Amino acid sequence: MLSELPLLSLVIWLPILGGIAVLFVGDENPGRAKALALTVAILTFLAGIPLYTAFDAATASMQFQEFLPWIPAFSANYHLGVDGFSMPLILLTAFMTVLVVIAGWEVIQYRIAQYMAAFLIMEGLMIGVFAALDALLFYVFFEAMLIPMFLIIGIWGGPRRVYATLKFFLYTFLGSVFMLIALIYMYNQANSFEILDFHKLPLTLTEQVLIFFAFLLGFSVKVPMWPVHTWLPDAHVEAPTGGSVILAAITLKIGGYGFLRFALPITPDAAGMLDWLIIALSLIAVVYIGLVALIQQDMKKLIAYSSIAHMGFVTLGFFIVFGLHRSTGSLSGAAMGIEGGMVQMVSHGFISGALFLCVGVLYDRMHSRQIKDYGGVVNTMPVFAAFMVLFGMANAGLPGTSGFVGEFMVILSSFKAGFWIAFLASFTLILGAAYTLWLVKRVIFGDIGNSHVAELEDVSNREIIMLSLLAAAVLLLGVWPDPLTSVMHATVDNLLQHITATKL
Amino acid sequence: MNFVAPDFTPVLPELFVLTMACAVLVIDVFLEQRQRHITYGLAQLTLLGAALLILATRAQAPVTTMFGHYIKDAMGDTLKLFVCLASAAAFLYSRDYLRQRDLFKGEYFVLGLFGVLGMMVMVSAHSLLSVYLGLELLSLSLYALVAVDRDSPVASEAAMKYFVLGSLASGMLLYGISMIYGATGSVDLQVVADAVAKQSSSDLVLVFGLVFLLVGLSFKLGAVPFHMWLPDIYQGAPTSVALYIGSAPKLAAFALVMRVLVDGLGGLQSDWQQMLIILAVLSIALGNLVAIAQSNIKRMLAYSTISHIGFLLLGILAGTPEGYTASMFYAIVYVLMAVGAFGVVILLSRTGFEAENIDDFKGLNDRSPWLAFVMMMVMMSMAGIPFLAGFYAKWVVLQAVVDIGLVWLAIVGVLFSVIGAFYYLRVVKCMYFDKPEQSEAIEISRDVEIAISANGLLLIVLGLYPTGLMAWCAAALLN
Repeated sequence: MLSELPLLSLVIWLPILGGIAVLFVGDENPGRAKALALTVAILTFLAGIPLYTAFDAATASMQFQEFLPWIPAFSANYHLGVDGFSMPLILLTAFMTVLVVIAGWEVIQYRIAQYMAAFLIMEGLMIGVFAALDALLFYVFFEAMLIPMFLIIGIWGGPRRVYATLKFFLYTFLGSVFMLIALIYMYNQANSFEILDFHKLPLTLTEQVLIFFAFLLGFSVKVPMWPVHTWLPDAHVEAPTGGSVILAAITLKIGGYGFLRFALPITPDAAGMLDWLIIALSLIAVVYIGLVALIQQDMKKLIAYSSIAHMGFVTLGFFIVFGLHRSTGSLSGAAMGIEGGMVQMVSHGFISGALFLCVGVLYDRMHSRQIKDYGGVVNTMPVFAAFMVLFGMANAGLPGTSGFVGEFMVILSSFKAGFWIAFLASFTLILGAAYTLWLVKRVIFGDIGNSHVAELEDVSNREIIMLSLLAAAVLLLGVWPDPLTSVMHATVDNLLQHITATKL
Repeated sequence: MNFVAPDFTPVLPELFVLTMACAVLVIDVFLEQRQRHITYGLAQLTLLGAALLILATRAQAPVTTMFGHYIKDAMGDTLKLFVCLASAAAFLYSRDYLRQRDLFKGEYFVLGLFGVLGMMVMVSAHSLLSVYLGLELLSLSLYALVAVDRDSPVASEAAMKYFVLGSLASGMLLYGISMIYGATGSVDLQVVADAVAKQSSSDLVLVFGLVFLLVGLSFKLGAVPFHMWLPDIYQGAPTSVALYIGSAPKLAAFALVMRVLVDGLGGLQSDWQQMLIILAVLSIALGNLVAIAQSNIKRMLAYSTISHIGFLLLGILAGTPEGYTASMFYAIVYVLMAVGAFGVVILLSRTGFEAENIDDFKGLNDRSPWLAFVMMMVMMSMAGIPFLAGFYAKWVVLQAVVDIGLVWLAIVGVLFSVIGAFYYLRVVKCMYFDKPEQSEAIEISRDVEIAISANGLLLIVLGLYPTGLMAWCAAALLN
């Protein structure tokens, strides 16, 4: 019965239409606009739950498929479907949006209806990116996302918001237009925009390399990978809390997802040939960006750099499989790399979102993000301090939290590929612990830093709700990752079979 | 000597516009200023009537009349329909603007109608003579329209500039026509096409004729390096005239290029393809780069037009049916966007205040959220962001050039559209991120509001579902 319903369309269009409805309720009725936005966000999340419960983990084929002709002249179709990669990310998106709506509840005073609407529309578009099985449809969602995020940072952001949002927009736009040309080129070869047809498309090595670089440009900006990461700290610092949460928790994952859906299966030979490049960039992100994070004075900037370092782990996990396959000839450890990357993505979604929310909680009270303005927060906000320490530990990769699971899996599989890769990758455990714990130490612990800190009030019920939801997710995934990993086994195996078979 | 009357039925819409334009001219003489809305109403009625006539007499197969000088086919019908609709929208948006500036005169609408007639002739021209006839009818109307505000020195200067440069371009065009006539012995495009096809090697005179013809056409299109007039005219002319020049004439220019280059000189495709590549690359590059430096919104839109013309040429130079379809789709979508953009600029102007600068858009979201939203949709569409019609327009022309193996051209195109995105975003930035500098409420008549809303929403609808218009363009070019 549930599979009869167009569930994916529902979770895409419900928030988009809901967002438009919120716009029409208008800024004149902030209360009703907020209530409607929350209802829509929760309904979307509820509508997404059957995607998990009715998901068949035994198969790697696309599920919940929907197919409608869209632009027949170019055989582009409205084709949706999910597998073990996209389904968890869709749920993550729906979950985080609920939190973002709650987080903006009392904080946003200016044009609250537009704010809520932007996030709801953003949610629909992001889910569309994950669900699209047609390359053109994917691209449309992928690019359309820029509009709401551009507005979110630009309207509700900090003092340098215009610079940050323009940089964000143009960086991402530049990256993705090359992807568009690659898609058009492949359409001319395959006469179809189906992503699954692209997977089967035979391509020469030169074509593969060029297409791979086009994808790399598009997705590495989104992830972001060193050296195209510079937009992220700016965007994060200037964005309102909700914008930072969505950026860190979801849009970065779209870059990682893009590698899994496009770059790896479409150009396996090029990816195998150039895996050293991605691994090198990932390790630079892990080590160098980790060091950069250490010296940040701004809490949001620190978490932003930490995000880049953690995403380096994701790309490392995805690309380690080639070396592993070459050196061992088997795929046994490779699955762990990709699964580790996926777990890391979901877990980082929770943790980075939580940390940005924590910074938001502090910022709402003190209107400062500078670490030096804080100190001894635990004395005035004990409940908040408990949450912040938990998320800090999770960010550092403490066993028992979700942060540990993904990092451990990736390091384990990179050990099989080469000692030095694993050695460098494990720096993240040291550096991550260093910058996160030092942040927590300077902000939370110690004596009360100044009179403003002394006047702080502890978290409200609204804030407790959103933080404890995330805390539960972080702990649950940390001690029992099986619900997440079990749904992707079949998909990962299928991907590995595909990418290790040459296309030449 | 026996006289054979040509078949007049294929030119029924043109005859209707001609008759009505003359009638409006006469009727207007007997009206007082406060009754001027009758002139306006009649002009709108003419355009809508012509649109209905075009729909009612749609051509199944191409018909030529006037001894081969005139053709009625599906492409012509489609373009003429959009010419009429775009001009009607231009009149509608301009109405209040003209009233506030004492420009609400009969001449304005009569000239506008004659311009529409010129465009219709251009669209349906099937010989080099009728091409020239239509072009001059349009151009002369436009020269006068630019100068319609007699007391404005800027407008007079713009009109003068336009007239001198336009005449030069017409001279080039005529010279090219004479050479082609010399080489092929006819001005009828069908005969020209046959003669060109018969030639084994390309004739030097013919190629020279092509070059001059192309110079003239590029001038009318506003392609770099023949674009100099465009920014000055857009800026100098009253906004309502800039709106008129910026919209429907581009459709006619597209038709002109199709008729002359593809239908007439299709045999020389390898020659004009090279030239169009140069024109297209230069237009895209210069248009997008220089637009960044503009602070005047009309001037910025002028440079944006130049870059859009470059993209339009990409589809034509591909030389494939898909490419022509892509260009036609681009032209129609472009007109929709241009009408919308200038429409919003006009609506922001009030008595004693011209919205000229990008800064005048500051805080529009606070003053009128809906208008700001429409403008944002137009700007994003021009930048080629998906979910909006402009994305598909860019996408189909890029696809056409990738199709013929010119991937580098597509890369140039997308690179410059990223650069171009910046100045469109700057308008959005002003509207949404800045605080308003003026607090006067924006008053818009109900009908104009509906029209501008439909305009913006159409960009979204076409963005979500471009199939209908795309199939229409493909079908129109099929026969």
